[in-house]
Amino acid sequence: MAYMLELRNLHKTFNRGTINEKAALNGVELQLNPGDFVTIIGGNGAGKSTTLNAIAGVWPIDQGAITVNGVEITNLSEHKRASYLGRVFQDPMTGTAATMSIEENMAIAARRGERRGLGWGITKKERKMFQEQLRELDLGLEERLSSKVGLLSGGQRQAITLLMAALKEPKLLLLDEHTAALDPKTAAKVLELSDKIIEEHHLTAMMVTHNMKDAIAHGNRLVMMHEGRIIYDVDGETKKKLKVADLLNKFEEASGGEFANDRMMLAN
Amino acid sequence: MMAYFAALDPMNFLRALPGNAAQGLIWGIMALGVYITFRILDFADLTVDGTLATGGAVAVMLIQGGMHPAAALIFSTAAGMAGGLATGILHTAFGIPGILSGILTQISLYSVNLRIMGKANQSIGIGQKGLVASIRFVSADDSYLFFLKLILICLVLVAVVYWMFGTEIGSAIRATGCNEQMARAQGINTNMTKVLALMISNGLVGLSGGVYAQYQGSADVNSGRGAIVIGLAAVIISEVIFGKLCAGKKIAFAYTLSAVFAGAILYYAAYALVLWLKMPSDYMKLFSAMVVAVFLAIPYLKERYAVKRRRN
Repeated sequence: MAYMLELRNLHKTFNRGTINEKAALNGVELQLNPGDFVTIIGGNGAGKSTTLNAIAGVWPIDQGAITVNGVEITNLSEHKRASYLGRVFQDPMTGTAATMSIEENMAIAARRGERRGLGWGITKKERKMFQEQLRELDLGLEERLSSKVGLLSGGQRQAITLLMAALKEPKLLLLDEHTAALDPKTAAKVLELSDKIIEEHHLTAMMVTHNMKDAIAHGNRLVMMHEGRIIYDVDGETKKKLKVADLLNKFEEASGGEFANDRMMLAN
Repeated sequence: MMAYFAALDPMNFLRALPGNAAQGLIWGIMALGVYITFRILDFADLTVDGTLATGGAVAVMLIQGGMHPAAALIFSTAAGMAGGLATGILHTAFGIPGILSGILTQISLYSVNLRIMGKANQSIGIGQKGLVASIRFVSADDSYLFFLKLILICLVLVAVVYWMFGTEIGSAIRATGCNEQMARAQGINTNMTKVLALMISNGLVGLSGGVYAQYQGSADVNSGRGAIVIGLAAVIISEVIFGKLCAGKKIAFAYTLSAVFAGAILYYAAYALVLWLKMPSDYMKLFSAMVVAVFLAIPYLKERYAVKRRRN
């Protein structure tokens, strides 16, 4: 069976040749099967978000190849890759256009990967469909289609960004610490919604998180990154049985104790 | 002091108003272009000073060559769009910062405009037939017809811009101006949308330059100097005065666009007022800059004051 995502030997160094040189990706290798939902953990600067940005094409990588559903996208520009990807960001402000209404934001997402012409930006049929989808969120947004997104809370904005990401059934959903900026209760709700959307649309997904409990509880696979490489990769029953303590031990083992600081942060 | 006030004749001010209103409507077309870059695209585009003069130069030379004044405006618009395209390419393809890209095009256009006209100033005969606008229409007996026509033209432009930014492409431009990262994540080619917005904007500016040259009966290579400031003044005055009025309406965006014209007229009314108060005309550019500075400062200072009061 073909892989939905294949990362081969990704390398990326930022600020090469300067005092701030940082090797962010150091040979990342990963294959995802269709329907895989992988959670990614690791300390600060391990390369988690960098990996997602490399896939999304925010900047070109130095070396390696990225293939989505058999199509090599390594050299495609960011907006061209967008037709394969759905993205949700850490900052709720990033995923939506604040000065535009909820329906306008969704209409823009509904045209991802399609040619945009001189037809009206939103159709009546779409408006109805968006209303239905918003009703399912149960946040009361179905009555506020023409409200500016900038007026909404962070949780509401992330929920809408999730809907937008799934609208065109992406080959791959990239969740980049998308609950880190939310309060615990809202974060739990958005996570639950993420699970639901991934399951309903049978999406292949990657979720970066700082929360080890979340990383264990969600998805069918878990990878740990350290210094720009994947150092641990589990799935199936092994992953289900994981405990936070196991992950902490793995961290220590991989880093020879230098995780002492990260450990504090990851434990919560 | 008494002598100063005694020397002010209110009739003089009132007599100047119709001309200022016409000027406001014509420059309002330019301000509409400025609104597109400054507010929708979030791009301070200084190309305007160049493309306004280009629009005028193209119109005057074509009319001199025998073209109908209305047809000449099509070429004024196209010339403006070419200027916007140049700025867009400098910015997106060559990575030059937006403000600098605009300045580079603006300076280049000074030479281009001289080349188009052959000298710094060219005029068309005052009796020229078929002019879209002319200063002599303002004092004619049927001047109301002229104003009606001018207002109609402006409303048509508002409708066109309103429609344009409601389309799929227009929505993509708005998303680009609001949140570039989101736009790219949703598959929008943000370089393309930026270039497109700059072209639409400068097309309007070129059109405005063409109409204004007809209004004055001449084009001048310096006519665009400081135009961007006047455009900004019109946009900002319209927002400060009409912002609350426009918000929340069903077609709020159309009201906002129309308000830009009202802002331009108010600007020229204020302009006429300070001239009437005997301010030397040498100071008028200083006046324009101060209007923009003050109206930009008002919302900021209001917000700061409000925060301070909440804290106490």
